[in-house]
Amino acid sequence: MTQAILREILDYAHRANPYPLYEELRKTPVLHEADGPYVVSKYYDIQSLLHDPRVSSDARNLKSPAADPLAADAQEETALPPSFLRLDPPEHDRLRRMTNRPFGPPHSPRRVYDMHGELKDIVSGLIDGIDNPDRIDLVDQVSYPFPVTVICRVLGVPREDESRFHTWADTIAAGLDPAPDADREERDKIVHNARTELGMYLAGLIEERRKKPGDDMLSELASSHGPDGAMTTMEVLSTAALLLIAGHETTVNLITNGMLTLLRNPDVLGRLREDPKLSVPIVEELLRFEPPVQLVPQRTTLADIEVRGVTIPKGASLWLVLASGNRDPDRFDHPDRFDPERGDIQHLGFGSGIHSCFGAPLARLEAQLALSELARRLENPRLLEDPPPYRQNAVLRGPRHLPIACDGIRP
Amino acid sequence: MRLVVDLNRCQGYAQCAFLAPDVFAMHGEESLLYNPLAEEERHEEVARAVAACPVQAILVEADPSAEAPRTRPGGDR
Amino acid sequence: MSGDGSLDRLKRDGRIVVVGASLAGLRGAETLREEGFTGSLTMIGDEPYEPYDRPPLSKQILLGRATADHTLLPRRRAIDAEWRLGVPATGLDMAARRVRLGDGDEVEYDRLLIATGVRARPWPKEDEAELDGVFVLRTRDDAYALERSLAQSPRRVLVIGAGFTGSEIASACRERGIAVTVAERAAAPLVGALGGVIGAVAAELHHENGVDLRCGVMVTGLEGDSTGRVRTAHFSDGNSVEADVVVVALGATRNTEWLAGSGLGAGPRGIACDAGCRAFDIRGIVTDDIYVAGDVARSPHPLFGYQFLSLEHWGNAVSQAETAAHNMMSESADRRPHIWVPAFWSSQFGVNIKSVGVPTMGTEIVIAQGALNERRFTGVYGYQGRVIGAVTFDQSKWLQFYQQQIETTAPFPPPFPTVDRRLEGQHPRDADFPDPSVPTHGPTVTLSGYAPDDRRLTFTPARH
Repeated sequence: MTQAILREILDYAHRANPYPLYEELRKTPVLHEADGPYVVSKYYDIQSLLHDPRVSSDARNLKSPAADPLAADAQEETALPPSFLRLDPPEHDRLRRMTNRPFGPPHSPRRVYDMHGELKDIVSGLIDGIDNPDRIDLVDQVSYPFPVTVICRVLGVPREDESRFHTWADTIAAGLDPAPDADREERDKIVHNARTELGMYLAGLIEERRKKPGDDMLSELASSHGPDGAMTTMEVLSTAALLLIAGHETTVNLITNGMLTLLRNPDVLGRLREDPKLSVPIVEELLRFEPPVQLVPQRTTLADIEVRGVTIPKGASLWLVLASGNRDPDRFDHPDRFDPERGDIQHLGFGSGIHSCFGAPLARLEAQLALSELARRLENPRLLEDPPPYRQNAVLRGPRHLPIACDGIRP
Repeated sequence: MRLVVDLNRCQGYAQCAFLAPDVFAMHGEESLLYNPLAEEERHEEVARAVAACPVQAILVEADPSAEAPRTRPGGDR
Repeated sequence: MSGDGSLDRLKRDGRIVVVGASLAGLRGAETLREEGFTGSLTMIGDEPYEPYDRPPLSKQILLGRATADHTLLPRRRAIDAEWRLGVPATGLDMAARRVRLGDGDEVEYDRLLIATGVRARPWPKEDEAELDGVFVLRTRDDAYALERSLAQSPRRVLVIGAGFTGSEIASACRERGIAVTVAERAAAPLVGALGGVIGAVAAELHHENGVDLRCGVMVTGLEGDSTGRVRTAHFSDGNSVEADVVVVALGATRNTEWLAGSGLGAGPRGIACDAGCRAFDIRGIVTDDIYVAGDVARSPHPLFGYQFLSLEHWGNAVSQAETAAHNMMSESADRRPHIWVPAFWSSQFGVNIKSVGVPTMGTEIVIAQGALNERRFTGVYGYQGRVIGAVTFDQSKWLQFYQQQIETTAPFPPPFPTVDRRLEGQHPRDADFPDPSVPTHGPTVTLSGYAPDDRRLTFTPARH
């Protein structure tokens, strides 16, 4: 029966509402069946394992990659070295530190803060561009293009190249999320081509920035002379690819899940319209209630680890189901209630420990701005389909489209 | 606006320093320095920082006229 | 207090006096109100200020990034108290339940919370301590005065004592571009708290940041000029140094003198109390109306062989005050033990140093993650085959794992590989404390649970 739960989590039929399955899952806090991964679903256990130095993020420590049904999905078929997401310290720490240098404090404390106005302009422009209020696809028209544009600006992709960048990003994202009936070979070829073109484009841009650095992240990554030295071109490429994929595949879901949840909770939407500051707790509660990354696969044990009386053996594959921990009634009162006013929202939405989400502050600001602007500007918005059609991906879970309508767009 | 950070809880995620850089600053990779008496006009960004703190370590004085007790997270480690 | 309504009466219109208006006193008072206490509450403090936060005084304040009068503690809630500030408590009459104040006034109580904390240990030679330019750092006024003198670009600052406070002061001086000499009796900075292995790293931090660090020496005397301003310090090795600012950072003295003769079990080592924060009297009998919290308290910790731990830690003050206040407002069966696992932090030379457990009980240390020479590492202390403490330098995200190891009395050395284990760290070595305390074998106690209400102790009797 237990294996059935795992299969059901991956089963597209449950994509719109996996939470009853997680509730079932939590009855066996450490679930293991046959050759499968060890699935951990309770808040405190996940929290502990995210801080456990016996847990590796490096796939090379996995005894049998076949044991993880998600491992194959996430294989990036590129010649790039693994990004820091898939590395352990000290390599992880070194690369993350170097990536952080042009992005955040202590060296670049105002990079994200100073983008506030630009972020607002981008999202306003996208909302201005909505031409038919009777049928809006929030994903295609706002929540997808927004983070891609932002990551372009952060990396320093020239404005005139942004549309090419969007095309590659779309193709790669679609490849990460294949429709079940698609021609696999054809799809792989298209994705491979997009990756190659994007890689070549970025490599060219890196070369350019090396010669003539700007104040964008790519320039600084390519020419940084901090205490950790400079990144190799391959490292810059791999890091840029990580920022690109992780930067939009998650934020798009945060914004879309957010609008969907608000439309299902019109009282909260109404309060947000009156008070944009409410977007701050709303986004935190969203990260608990509908986290864009549902689970962390691909962690591996470096030693036997005992969790609630179950010994997870060395070399085992771990799934940490963040979205289940966020709904654990032993941690949150009324966990299935969307309540931005709960005082205690210490969610696992961005993970925890050394791999906690690198772009979290940017994602927070993007989601806060997008949701408060949408609430303010869309007149009488309503869902056209509930539930909306979801993407295939069970890990980066979110609607593929969010068809909504409204009576008009306020200026 | 008085504030204090429980630096036993703080793990250097730096969310506060990203979101309210005029009040919170990283000093080195992990140490946090903050202005314990932030200007009132920083209220909005301080609220962002408080909400974003992954370990809920920042305490800002609630409106003293409001008697509502603050509930502490039950799950601190 | 068993169901006869006396607790209800106390909650409703009892009189509670809190002596000590700093972090512990304030958090205790707030907890009392939160627990439903509606009677009269009196806060007595010898400083003329509302409760303020002290850790920033040796950091932000000395760096000039905030001013000393800006560290008033935020309130968790209104406490509706009568404040008696700027007036020290001078005596206690346990029989009459009265606190005497420095202005001759007396305040009666039904329950008393003592949180008088510590004060900086002054330079022992009084005439030298009186010289202009000689400072200690404990209070807001101390910090104000010291910062002002640093702002006048002294030619050299001498810091006496390289514990956490002394090291933080030296760090702030260097960051401000001020020449600084640090004199430490022990072989390295921080050895008293973290041992010689870590002390050696601390010493390197001082050197790299341009501190003139003198270890293994004592300051034998301070000499002033004709205007009464400090000028020269003489060392036990025959050397001397010219300094126009001298900061005495030789630790703290517990504020218990006002209790002399009261019959309470108070002395230079603090006020002994039980795990429920109730003070002992001098006969060793626990009182039922006097509670203690914060730096001045000394209480037995089940996790550490029931040693009476006396912790000058910010988090301990908060936690112990909350426990004391909760217990004051509870029937005996509802009381909680103060089982906070010791933890502290320090920020110096841009490095975040954090610790959990009781490193000073450790006899051995392994570097479980990272590397000493990179200044990013996790050191784990062992005592009799179990993990007893841990310290991180810029690796605080791992610390909670080791706290769990301490709480579950996990074996030492850790028998597993970690994500960043290097060759140098794999073998335990002498933690190198100057004077290791070696308590005897005892029963085993482990801690479990997460939320304050479901923290559980498991007691396993000692085997003989």
